Amino acid sequence: MGRRAKSKQGLPPTLDEFQNKSHPVESKRKRTEPSITNSSAKKVKKDPNEQKPQKHSKTIDHSKDESDIEDESDIAIETEKKSLFDDSDDGSDEDDVQDFEEIDAEEGLEDDDLGSNDEYMDSDEEDGDKPFFSDDDDIENLNAANMEALSKKLEEEEAEEAEEAQKELLEEGITQPKAHVLPSKEEEEEESSKPPDLTSIRTRMIEIVKVLENFKELAEEGISRSEYVNRLIKDITIYFGYSEFLATLLFELFSPGEAMEFFEANEIARPITIRTNTLKARRRDLAQALVNRGVNLQPIGPWTKVGLQVFDSQVPIGATPEYLAGHYILQAASSFLPVMALDPQENERVLDMAAAPGGKTTYISALMKNTGCVFANDANKSRTKSLIANIHRLGCKNTIVCNYDAREFPKVIGGFDRILLDAPCSGTGVIAKDESVKISRTEKDFVQIPHLQKQLILSAIDSVDAHSPTGGIIVYSTCSVTVAENEAVVDYALRKRPNVKLVSTDLQIGKEGFTSYRGKHFNPSISLTRRYYPHTYNVDGFYVAKFKKIASSPHDVSKAGAKEKEASAREEAIEEGIINDDFAEFNSDDDKELIEKTIKRNIKKKGINPKVINK
Amino acid sequence: MRQLTEEETKVVFEKLANYIGRNISLLIDDPSNLHVFRLQKDRVYYVPEKIARLATSVARPNLMSLGTCFGKFTKTGKFKLHITALPYLAQYAKFKIWIKPNGEMPFMYGNHVLKAHVGRMSEEIPEHAGVIVYSMNDTPLGFGVSAKSTNEARNLQPTGIVAFRQADIGEYLREEDTLFA
Repeated sequence: MGRRAKSKQGLPPTLDEFQNKSHPVESKRKRTEPSITNSSAKKVKKDPNEQKPQKHSKTIDHSKDESDIEDESDIAIETEKKSLFDDSDDGSDEDDVQDFEEIDAEEGLEDDDLGSNDEYMDSDEEDGDKPFFSDDDDIENLNAANMEALSKKLEEEEAEEAEEAQKELLEEGITQPKAHVLPSKEEEEEESSKPPDLTSIRTRMIEIVKVLENFKELAEEGISRSEYVNRLIKDITIYFGYSEFLATLLFELFSPGEAMEFFEANEIARPITIRTNTLKARRRDLAQALVNRGVNLQPIGPWTKVGLQVFDSQVPIGATPEYLAGHYILQAASSFLPVMALDPQENERVLDMAAAPGGKTTYISALMKNTGCVFANDANKSRTKSLIANIHRLGCKNTIVCNYDAREFPKVIGGFDRILLDAPCSGTGVIAKDESVKISRTEKDFVQIPHLQKQLILSAIDSVDAHSPTGGIIVYSTCSVTVAENEAVVDYALRKRPNVKLVSTDLQIGKEGFTSYRGKHFNPSISLTRRYYPHTYNVDGFYVAKFKKIASSPHDVSKAGAKEKEASAREEAIEEGIINDDFAEFNSDDDKELIEKTIKRNIKKKGINPKVINK
Repeated sequence: MRQLTEEETKVVFEKLANYIGRNISLLIDDPSNLHVFRLQKDRVYYVPEKIARLATSVARPNLMSLGTCFGKFTKTGKFKLHITALPYLAQYAKFKIWIKPNGEMPFMYGNHVLKAHVGRMSEEIPEHAGVIVYSMNDTPLGFGVSAKSTNEARNLQPTGIVAFRQADIGEYLREEDTLFA
């Protein structure tokens, strides 16, 4: 049955798909209307029964998702809203409204059928009906209109197919509405022996995502959620070329649908963006000059006054006279965000702990209008060359470039008004730029990198002057989307340094940071931090957190260098290891006893003597 | 990082005087915004005094740059101006040459300034004086030495060289590996 069912019934298309299709069919139907016989009327009444309950339960399912998984709630609401709006769009369609009478006439028949189809209709009907329609009377009509559209679609299909197939379809539709998505073991083996067929894998991924988003309705019986997820992750590794570890890690950040969007967005390059150097030029003049050179551009968005997005260019955008004269710098839109959050003021002393290649440093300098002092530090000596080049090209005169391990601060110099820590990271937000991340990152990286980040953020906090009249601000950012490098690090800083608090980043775009993730609970104020994804804002994946230091601490005057900090962090990691990791280690022997005890207790509860059963 | 010795200061100022003449005094004698020259390794930096003081907390091996780099001392003790000094040179320039848009790219690829490309130039430029090169919309592009005086240049062939290039902003790309540290 498997293949047939797939081609005939398949997954029930979503409401939106139906609506899209309904219009072309409409006209056809009107023409053929007189020829419709009793049998077709029968089909019409059949159809709504199939679609109605699914639709209702779908909306219910969304609301369940919300309560289950916080992270998904946004999307769920969005899709729900979307479907509602689409409904109302359709309502304005006169054609649909005209055909209501026919439906009404058939309604009596339908009702009969509803009764007879109990096992399929299930209780969702009652719960689902009221809340969904109660908002607006019009919507009820609209659904009637949709129903008709569905029926028409089916009619057309049937006209194309042989009658035998029709019967079979109807039978199968009742007994087995669920699509067969996962391959069997034999199929999997066969697949692994051949080179991968990307189109079929893609189709399967989409189908699995559909199933996962509406698991209760669409899943095959006897197959658990994890089996679907495992297959999907395997497909992702094949189709997009991620290591299995990284695919799982990233997949777990999102709902299945959003995860797919994320993976797909990583295949597309972000638009080229440039930042106007306000020390030397104005954006309007620069745009005009570049347009004259044959560059097609427009402002990035309302949230930045200095960014321009380049669509295409007849000249190399990194070698125009304007570029060399320092009127602009090539800079990813996401890199504006931490500096905007930092919001440096004139005459302050600012530190950029990981500055190369200088995009953010020069932005800070420009915002300060070349007053005060900017320390630009980078741990990599060879990278300071490009940093110095950019600083000079853009005419920043208030900078000091130094080459330290950033953990040496505040031993080198402390008492800054503001510090930007754009921490070294795994780069999972910029996979579109650097594909090597897909395979090169291993589990070890996601232990070591956060380890370093945690030391850096403490150094940053200690280097800020809590009594600064204007500042006392630390901004932490990464170009990574994983929780271990973002929320976990920020949470760690809040735990270790009670003299800082999170404050709003004042950025116009971005999603809230996670306050809990896979059983870990973070400080609730982490919702003030901001996450950026390639698929939502078309910027690189990014994370920004803004701290304010409210009091000084004994650490501020510590003379510990990088080595001492590393050593103490290691000790701490050994001490706290159990807490930092997700779970304590499993001990299967101990567990076995516990499990047996519980089983016995449960059997006892049912009123059966466990000893009797064992015999 | 240290202050320049008297000898070094003399060499640097002599060089600067070629381009900005007496305006050197404006570089160092602004009481509201005091600037100083500092030597770090073989390079000379021009920095606000406040920043120079802050930079003393950075150890010598770790200090890569501060303020604006003006140029470097060669091993023979001569001073070579770098393109990074251009903003200040352009600000106080004595002699200027503006080049037409069609001459911008050739100049930025490291060629000398040809008569055909000159849009206009200051009056009374003597021979072998330091000149600053601008584009027609007053963006500084580099500096060099005049090959002919202004009067002689008027009678030059279109392919004749008006000024020898010494530094141009194309070096930010071409010389990135050697120009900075």
